[in-house]
Amino acid sequence: MSVLVWIEQSNNQAVPSSWETLGKARELADALGTELAAVVMGAETAATAAAAGQYGADVVYAIASPLLAEYRLSAYVAGLEKAVQGAGATVLLASATTRGRELSAAVACRLDAGIAPDATDLRIEGGKLAAVRPVYSNNLLVDITFDGDLQVASVRPRSFPMPVAGDAKAAVKELDLGLGEDDIAEKILDVQPSDGAGVDLADARIVVAAGRGVVEDPEKGFALVSDLAAAMGAAVGASRAAVDAGFVPYRYQVGQTGKTVRPDVYFAVGISGAIQHMAGMSGSKVIVAINRDADAPIFERAAYGVVGDLYEILPALTAELKKRLG
Amino acid sequence: MKVAVLIKQTPDTAELPKVSAQEVQSGAVKATMVINPWDEYAAEEAIQLGDRYGADSVAITMGASTATDALKHALAMGIGEAKLIDSSGVSGDMWTTASILAAAVRAEGDVDLVITGKQSVDENSSSVFIGVACKLGFPLAANVVRIVEIAGGRITVERIADGVQETVSLPLPAVISVGKEINDPRFPSFMGIRKANRASIPVVSAAGLDAGELVKRTNWTNIRKPDEKTEACVIFDGATAAEKAAKLVDALVSDKVL
Repeated sequence: MSVLVWIEQSNNQAVPSSWETLGKARELADALGTELAAVVMGAETAATAAAAGQYGADVVYAIASPLLAEYRLSAYVAGLEKAVQGAGATVLLASATTRGRELSAAVACRLDAGIAPDATDLRIEGGKLAAVRPVYSNNLLVDITFDGDLQVASVRPRSFPMPVAGDAKAAVKELDLGLGEDDIAEKILDVQPSDGAGVDLADARIVVAAGRGVVEDPEKGFALVSDLAAAMGAAVGASRAAVDAGFVPYRYQVGQTGKTVRPDVYFAVGISGAIQHMAGMSGSKVIVAINRDADAPIFERAAYGVVGDLYEILPALTAELKKRLG
Repeated sequence: MKVAVLIKQTPDTAELPKVSAQEVQSGAVKATMVINPWDEYAAEEAIQLGDRYGADSVAITMGASTATDALKHALAMGIGEAKLIDSSGVSGDMWTTASILAAAVRAEGDVDLVITGKQSVDENSSSVFIGVACKLGFPLAANVVRIVEIAGGRITVERIADGVQETVSLPLPAVISVGKEINDPRFPSFMGIRKANRASIPVVSAAGLDAGELVKRTNWTNIRKPDEKTEACVIFDGATAAEKAAKLVDALVSDKVL
């Protein structure tokens, strides 16, 4: 028996939210009294496998193959299934990145196991995994309980703190993928970055998001929002109103039909706080609202607020932060 | 070529915040039910494949015997046929749904491509289409933003995942889920709506499909609204923008928010 966590790699580097999941998995394994196993797949695995030991894994399954150089679902499914069998896993977790969500679900289905997708909390109850996950576009929460021997969940990034790396070493066990190129249905023809530069919204500790208030003078508004974000190393987001106005692409959109974020701090700039927007960011620890309308609903959800013209407040705020944070 | 579009009937997104835990628990959600917004992109793409490759399209929904509005919307947009899989008497989880939908696709006989939206606005699992691909044994590409080409028994798509856009080629038959970057779904025309309203939609009982053994591995319990914040917002006032900004930063720093 063991708790097994897929440590996702991108360009042979571990995806940081995988460590958050591994940190929580350590608690779950201790509660179950089982071993904590990690699995690393890719063209190279050594550095990430060693790091998995430092972040708490007792044993690491490494599946290194040139066929895994690029992520392909069917090849990664085959590898993860081998690791589940090798580890005798009863709980399988992955960070709920796009890949983590599809890979964990595909393996769960193949192994006839239940899955809690995009879970925001996990616990052990009666010797089995139980998960909390948002449904109805973050308007409701539900507890997922499992029947069956294998219990699978993908874990929404930033649901758990980043664990502290120690100097522990895990036993690394190499597994053979056991596939040839002809066994893999998908062929990757090209890979391009899609997000450009900047901090990824899902992983961001701080988000600065712009709404309808910026549409008045979008060029200036987004420049001011970007300046404020840059001063704090924050990611830039937008409400649907700002995206629909056409000044930033859809990938910036936070809300019911966009991305869900849960940063430590969310700056809502010129965002009124429509319920559809709140659905995507209400998991933020602290909301700071900057709005010219003192009656905007965002102030009911925010911890801190400033009423004023964002074109005046933002430059002042950026200047003050630069002064204070260096 | 034949394309199956898997469509779900879901609450109107504007009414999602009003859906209560009790309604979900009992299964009697009172909200206005519409085609899942993400599935409109799937339907539009299937119609466009009709224009590009002469593909026939069929829209399939699993739901209560009354869940035909979403299918009528798809027909009104221009989808060729519609089928309702009546789920009365079925209790299960998403893999149960996936098994039944996979059986419905198999029953169509010669489906080359299955298209769905990237998620439903109610259950948000993004997993049913993964289960459908798994049960059918078809390869899968999720979050597709462009169908580049269908030729030589393969489909080439662009998809977005975790900060990269990949161009992927898959052998057919295959399953794809689509994101909203892929197209602009058309509004049904007046003629389309009339035609859809006159169409009689075949209803197939889920129990009558060859879905194999149906198992349920997960349960939903303790459905609830997330906690609402109760403390009042602290508003920082001042004579100038600089003064307000300074007070806000003071508080953020001293409260260790930043």
